[in-house]
Amino acid sequence: MLSLLRTFWEILKHTFRRRLTVQYPEEKPYLAPRWRGRIILSRDPDGEERCVACYLCAVACPVDCISLQATEDKNGRRYPEFFRINFSRCIFCGFCEEACPTYAIQLTPDFEMGEYKRQNLVYEKEDLLISGPGKYPGYNFWRVAGVEIGGKGKGDAEREDPPTDVRSLLP
Amino acid sequence: MATIVVDNQPYQVHPDQSLLAACLGLGLDLPYFCWHPALGSVGACRQCAVKQFRDEKDTRGRLVMACMTPVAEGIRISIDHPEAVEFRAGIIEGLMQSHPHDCPVCDEGGECHLQDMTVMTGHAYRRYEFAKRTFRNQDLGPFVAHEMNRCIQCYRCVRYYREYAGEYDLNAFSLRNQVYFGRSEDGVLESEFAGNLVEICPTGVFTDKTLKRHYTRKWDLQMAPSVCVHCGLGCNITVGERYGTIRRIVNRYNGDVNGYFLCDRGRFGYEFVNRPERIRRPLLARDGALVPLTAEEALKRLGMLLASASGMIGIGSPRASLEANFALRKLVGAGHFFAGVGEREHRLVGLGLEILRKGPARTPSLAEIEKCDAALVLGEDLTNVAPRMALALRQGTRQQPMELARQKGIADWQDDHVREVAQDERGPLVIATPNQTRLDSIATTFRGSPDDLALFGFAVARAIERSSQAPLEDSARHEQALINETARALASAKRPLVVAGISLASESMLQAAAKVAWALAKSNPQSAISLATPEANTLGLAMMEAPALESAAQTIREGSADTVIVLENNLYRRADSRLADDVLKRAKHVVVLDFLPSETTAVAELVLPAGTFGESDGTFVNNEGRAQRFLQAFVPEEPVLESWRWLARAMAASDRGEGAAWKNLDDVLGAMVSALPVFGPVRDAAPDSGYRMAGAKIPREPHRYSGRTAMLANINVNEPKPPDDPDSPLAFSMEGAPKEPPGALIPFFWSPGWNSIQATNKFQSEIAGPLKGGNPGARLIEPPSLTVPRQPADTGETTLLLRGPEPPAGVCLAVPLYHIFGSEELSSWAPAVRELVPKPYVALNPEDAQALGLAEGQIVRVAVATSSPPGQSKDGKEFSLALKLASGLASGLVGLPAGLPDFREPTMPAWVTISKAS
Repeated sequence: MLSLLRTFWEILKHTFRRRLTVQYPEEKPYLAPRWRGRIILSRDPDGEERCVACYLCAVACPVDCISLQATEDKNGRRYPEFFRINFSRCIFCGFCEEACPTYAIQLTPDFEMGEYKRQNLVYEKEDLLISGPGKYPGYNFWRVAGVEIGGKGKGDAEREDPPTDVRSLLP
Repeated sequence: MATIVVDNQPYQVHPDQSLLAACLGLGLDLPYFCWHPALGSVGACRQCAVKQFRDEKDTRGRLVMACMTPVAEGIRISIDHPEAVEFRAGIIEGLMQSHPHDCPVCDEGGECHLQDMTVMTGHAYRRYEFAKRTFRNQDLGPFVAHEMNRCIQCYRCVRYYREYAGEYDLNAFSLRNQVYFGRSEDGVLESEFAGNLVEICPTGVFTDKTLKRHYTRKWDLQMAPSVCVHCGLGCNITVGERYGTIRRIVNRYNGDVNGYFLCDRGRFGYEFVNRPERIRRPLLARDGALVPLTAEEALKRLGMLLASASGMIGIGSPRASLEANFALRKLVGAGHFFAGVGEREHRLVGLGLEILRKGPARTPSLAEIEKCDAALVLGEDLTNVAPRMALALRQGTRQQPMELARQKGIADWQDDHVREVAQDERGPLVIATPNQTRLDSIATTFRGSPDDLALFGFAVARAIERSSQAPLEDSARHEQALINETARALASAKRPLVVAGISLASESMLQAAAKVAWALAKSNPQSAISLATPEANTLGLAMMEAPALESAAQTIREGSADTVIVLENNLYRRADSRLADDVLKRAKHVVVLDFLPSETTAVAELVLPAGTFGESDGTFVNNEGRAQRFLQAFVPEEPVLESWRWLARAMAASDRGEGAAWKNLDDVLGAMVSALPVFGPVRDAAPDSGYRMAGAKIPREPHRYSGRTAMLANINVNEPKPPDDPDSPLAFSMEGAPKEPPGALIPFFWSPGWNSIQATNKFQSEIAGPLKGGNPGARLIEPPSLTVPRQPADTGETTLLLRGPEPPAGVCLAVPLYHIFGSEELSSWAPAVRELVPKPYVALNPEDAQALGLAEGQIVRVAVATSSPPGQSKDGKEFSLALKLASGLASGLVGLPAGLPDFREPTMPAWVTISKAS
């Protein structure tokens, strides 16, 4: 009898508590930036594609759902010719983001990816590429890499000496 | 055998090697950079430091470089000693000081020796905070990309390039921490073996430029063991495929054949497979155009043709596999099968085969050629005809100088010391050719027309025979002196070698080479003769003993056949256009199986899309008679099929005998061996399709192969089942047997912690020795006895010569000049190779040109004289070509390039007249 009364009391008490249930989809829950949802490809601060098509995300992927092909523009800057993620296989583990040396691939706080057709879960680069830098605003891989690309010659990267004059014999 | 103690564990090792080689041979992980099994030790990088102890009681020990320390009985070392580990980590930290942050965009990444060694030593955190040194790069031509920032100054590139490959345009420049490896100025690397820098360089300074255009990491390639198709030497290669195109070729170690190196034609000629011009669907000639068919329609059509034919003949090909040739032979019947080569090549190869079979001089493998201490090359410009053999001969010339070092007690692997002793000494190499060759700088040369060369050969043979009775008398004449000198060098060598071939189409030259080899073999059973064959399966086709094209034309002319099936062959490259027309245009129906369009496919009624080497399984017989299996790297898009499968299906469609029941390669091989017992050993070239390791097939893909569930998702999100492979023990999969497969089935070299090609060490039974379980390949030719030399039948030498009547005044002999890039049919389709193909030209000795009043670059009219030597071209062709002065060309000769795309030279040697173009 006593426990019954106590139950009533507890329920009555909860009537005045703050509600935890969120009226999804009318109301969106808060998701932390580090939430591992829909994968995007970001751009560097200069607005160029960040992905350098190094294949590390693809090889890190435990379900092998990323495939891409590297190519180079006329300036020697490498980028993916195509970049495909099969989200019907993706397990949102975030290994691709961990593996990415350029902060290009990022997982976002978005999980609303339901589709009636599985085929629609295959995302190409057009679907993945966003216009901003995502979670890492400042980083540009090409500023630290040693290779020459249009507009950045040898020795122009951060912490680099100017190119060596190999014909000099000065000690 | 010596006992060494490594980390208190005793091991038995071979004593003639360095500690580093011994440790690696035992499967122990010891990092290194400057050492390479083919280059020996110089002790430059200090990376392989180990602790050496005096005895069990010695606990302090001292650091030694494993690569510079010889194996000695009872030597005690420690790889894991904390001091050695710390030392090695320090070295690598220093090497990494200026290494750029490039790995994501570096083509070496994922198969980088520097990455592997850095991980192995445990260097993970960068402490150096100052600016990095940088370099400018150079454009080194269409094959090799240059990125100097990544260099760790191990010197392996220049040691390989200058000391092993013998070219001097790559060098080390500047000093201290700015040492630069490159050319004095931008330009195409001169060496025909420059592609090996890609594998020699432990990091990404030299990378494959053709791979860059369709870049794929090693872990993403589907790979299979294959055999190079660009000449007759049969170098072993690994083919890598992704998304249905071949991405690159790397060397596949075979201790008996190519060892660690390939030529650039073999490495970069593969792109013909990816050409958009490829024939990818069956084509039917209708109203003057070729219209595509489905595979079923094509087979039906073929069945109809076969049923209605009143006699058909098959024309095989020296660039198709044994299996494909045999399947065609089966389809048309043995009596109706013809070798797809002209009478002349047929006769020459037949003679060559007879020479090899008869002995007593044995034909050596490429690895044995590297050990030959004296050589005579008759007629062949090896660098351009059989390039890898030229590299092997170059190593052969080091044998005698190495003897000097051996006498001083210096081991062969002490590279720097051996070279210090040898200086510029070279063993005897005599090259007798019409034009200068790339080996001339290390050889004694003799120039002349093919006849002169043959006479030179005969004279050498006579001199050798005479010297066994009486000492050679010295002659004042330069020629005689050279003959005597050559004879003496060959007769006194431990392993003399004679090299000849069919590139000058001279039977007498082959006879001369055989005579020299026989004369040598009388007193030295180690004497060897090697013949360079032009195509991947020239010898295999010759062993089928089918008659030549002329007989095929005869059959058609007689009207006993009206249908011709041509296998992977462009007859217009093999014979006069009139002869090819005789076969193809007189026949009512022409069926061609090929992968690229040609003059032959243009006149065909039905064209079937055949698979290239990357898309088919089969066997090639190389120039030493070694049968080698090549396995499919990927399944091409339907309806491209391997040729023998098309032919088997054709037999099934028309219900023809045994061939209709062939299900896989083993069935074809079985039928071939029972029909042609000469091919008996071919089955041992590789394990059959039923072979399993631990009950599983061997995966073609590395276990990190990526994108499996996304590669085809754009077409259909439901992943297809991986294709079956009924023909081999390999699977189109990343799953399968984890262990090291037998030599013939190694799809790629990889071992835990060893992602680069240096993982080859782990697959060898000893370093630079045979692969575990033996090197792949089965030799079909062994001369009957090496110990009892027989007297060869004397061939009347002078009657064999072409010389015949003296040519009329103003007429000269035209000889073919070969080009490594251009003279071979398939590689010329590759865009990178195409960049280096010369334009058609006519070459003259400068003195001859001056006498005719011609200057370099001038347009010259070359007319083939109608009164050519007997049996030679009489088709009266005329060419207008730019003149090229060739100071190395024997005077009195005219050189014309052989086999260039877009240029059909006359059948040579031919008599031509030269005049100024009006």
